[in-house]
Amino acid sequence: MFYREAGDFSTSYPEDSQTFPIRFDRYRYYLVLFVAIFVIPFTINDYWVNSIFLPFLIYAIAAIGLNILVGYCGQVSLGTGGFMAVGAYACYKLMTSFPEVSMLIHVLIAGLITAGVGVLFGLPSLRIKGFYLAVATLAAQFFLVWLFNRVPWFYNYSASGQISAPERTVFGIEVTGPNTEAWATYLFCLAFVIVSAVIARNLTRGAFGRKWMAIRDMDIAAEIIGVNPLMAKLSAFAVSSFFIGISGALFFAVYLGAVEVGEAFGITKSFTVLFMIIIGGLGSIFGSFAGAAFLVVLPVVLKLVGVDWLGWPTDIVAHLQLVIVGALIVIFLIAEPHGLAQLWRVAKEKLRLWPFPH
Amino acid sequence: MKMKLGTMAVAAVMAASPVMADLVFPSLSYRTGPYAAGGIPFADGYADYMNLLNARDGGIGGVMTSVPECETGYNTEKGVECYESTKGEGALVYQPLSTGITYQLIPKATADGIPIHSMGYGRTSAANGDVFSNVFNYPANYWNGASGAINYLMSQGDLAGKKIALVYHNSAYGKEPIRTLEDLSKKHGFKLTLLPVDHPGQEQKSQWLQIRREKPDNVIMYGWGVMNQVAVQEAANIRYPMEDFIGIWWSGSENDVLPAGDAANGYKALTFHGVGNDFPVFEDIQKYVVDAGNAAGAGDQIGTVLYNRGLYAAMLAAEAAKTAQEIHGTADITAAMMRDGMEALEITEAKMAALGLPGFGPEFNVSCANHGGPGLVGMTQWDASAKTWSLINEFAPSDMDVIQPLIDEDSAAYAAENKIASSCK
Repeated sequence: MFYREAGDFSTSYPEDSQTFPIRFDRYRYYLVLFVAIFVIPFTINDYWVNSIFLPFLIYAIAAIGLNILVGYCGQVSLGTGGFMAVGAYACYKLMTSFPEVSMLIHVLIAGLITAGVGVLFGLPSLRIKGFYLAVATLAAQFFLVWLFNRVPWFYNYSASGQISAPERTVFGIEVTGPNTEAWATYLFCLAFVIVSAVIARNLTRGAFGRKWMAIRDMDIAAEIIGVNPLMAKLSAFAVSSFFIGISGALFFAVYLGAVEVGEAFGITKSFTVLFMIIIGGLGSIFGSFAGAAFLVVLPVVLKLVGVDWLGWPTDIVAHLQLVIVGALIVIFLIAEPHGLAQLWRVAKEKLRLWPFPH
Repeated sequence: MKMKLGTMAVAAVMAASPVMADLVFPSLSYRTGPYAAGGIPFADGYADYMNLLNARDGGIGGVMTSVPECETGYNTEKGVECYESTKGEGALVYQPLSTGITYQLIPKATADGIPIHSMGYGRTSAANGDVFSNVFNYPANYWNGASGAINYLMSQGDLAGKKIALVYHNSAYGKEPIRTLEDLSKKHGFKLTLLPVDHPGQEQKSQWLQIRREKPDNVIMYGWGVMNQVAVQEAANIRYPMEDFIGIWWSGSENDVLPAGDAANGYKALTFHGVGNDFPVFEDIQKYVVDAGNAAGAGDQIGTVLYNRGLYAAMLAAEAAKTAQEIHGTADITAAMMRDGMEALEITEAKMAALGLPGFGPEFNVSCANHGGPGLVGMTQWDASAKTWSLINEFAPSDMDVIQPLIDEDSAAYAAENKIASSCK
């Protein structure tokens, strides 16, 4: 009734092939953007930014990156934490070596460096696949963490092996360090999220995305119809690692401010991002956002309800969270392998037909 | 979803508002994960002491205390969330019990004007209050610990030509003592072997194989959580003499030695406060807290090493709050006043005796230049048959000739990196 394409006419090909062909969808998208850019920055405080928005935005970029590799190209990767660490350490080295350069540039270069490293570790994917590739990327995860722990050059020979972000600016506004304003860090990350999502969405709709999906669905058939597996797989690794590197750089520089590689970028980080795209939906940009939001907001909501409202002991709530996330993963894998994104799609289908489903 | 969350947050704030008038000491605890064995007793001790003050003395200076607890799981991300969610409640001082979270909070809390007390952990060079205006790590720090261990070994015999291995948690925490030990090894002529153990520390076979091969004269350990138990067990497996095995104070609790049973007999650990429950304050805790049904957690940790440490941390925080109330002439202190109180803190034997903790820790004064206290380190030893720790060496000074230049160097580097001006007049 409200949500339908009746009366929505396209008069040109670009109009027909846009991301949101239904008018209602498009307005909703503009509304979300408007709220995110013009409303939220004026209303948030430190707590909202540091507990919910920054982790959500940063994990959303990581989830988009991993979704390109796993969801679109079908190459299972457990090396997300390691690649985020590459982004973080690249950003740290750049920040300390070139203090006068804008953070915007540092984060982008950190993403490019991670893309290079990702291609390097993507090379085995040309020979192995599935379970074995997962193990190879797991090796990347452990190797990268070990490397950043072992070689003091990466952490500028600090006594503790920690890296901490000095104060750096974008257009004269501080976005890293302790004296940042909530809105500045939020908008800085939001800009990266919007650009990443638009790029990812358009890549996956275009020739690149079709090649990736062809490889995912059946690599031999894809090769026969003329998809070059070398190019397709390595480009997926490069693009995916680029986004993951950006998220790692933001995670370190803007969100945490100081990290220790084993603790912040360990294997649990790889699994967290993987769970995000499993719950959110493999092969869907919206799913990356939904999964990231879900796993970031769930612990906060559980804490609010369990500890602050019901007065439960903190350890019970923490354990409950593990139980719930674990159960959800199993439930989603069995009941809805395509995740929250599929639920969203089904809901939209139902809405289009409502109130006369037949 | 957002609306719902918003209303929830508002409701939570409203629910929390009656405690606004209290003196808030947030407890960033961890009762889950691989480090819970250390986190639980500390959090219990901290909460029980504050409860005791409420029940027995009516709070601090007539104002009740409250200890909102927030689970961090020893995880820095959750630590940030906990910090942000509790700082709005009027938090007076943070004690995150995690070196990683401390590193994270140092710049944030300094910008917010809230003091941090990282007692025996955190960034060692924060002892220089001239640079770290809001960070305190009295009464002893990691480098005092390293030097204390070496001093103790030297009192047992000459160290020249001996081999000492450092088994450490491969994190900011475990790496802290390396520089001090390297300088000490140059000074005293012993050979230092470094053996990192990765988080969480359940896998230590190769490290102990190396110890078995190289046969170091002594092993020093900087471990935490499950790593400690595994290390003591591995040492027992290779029959390494427990008398030669020394842990830092974070590797010296009942949880660490009990799993190894009799084999752990004779294991030594450093400490900066008293052990056991032979202090008058424990009768009060029994009477006012446990019998009243208010014991934190399961109530089964009372008198253990880490419970005592939590208690000691709470005692120092409460005394600093009292000092702050005296300085500023108001009972309702703010975080900035608390900072002044911590900086003017004086712990004397008479004060500790009056609190029911005679001889529990060393006497010390905090000053603007020295946030680290005197760095007196004692040694305890485990008796597996009696299942008790006993103090075998009184609190002794550490080698400040080596440590002070390192503190100055590291804090000067931090000050230059972050453009911090001197805060002491």
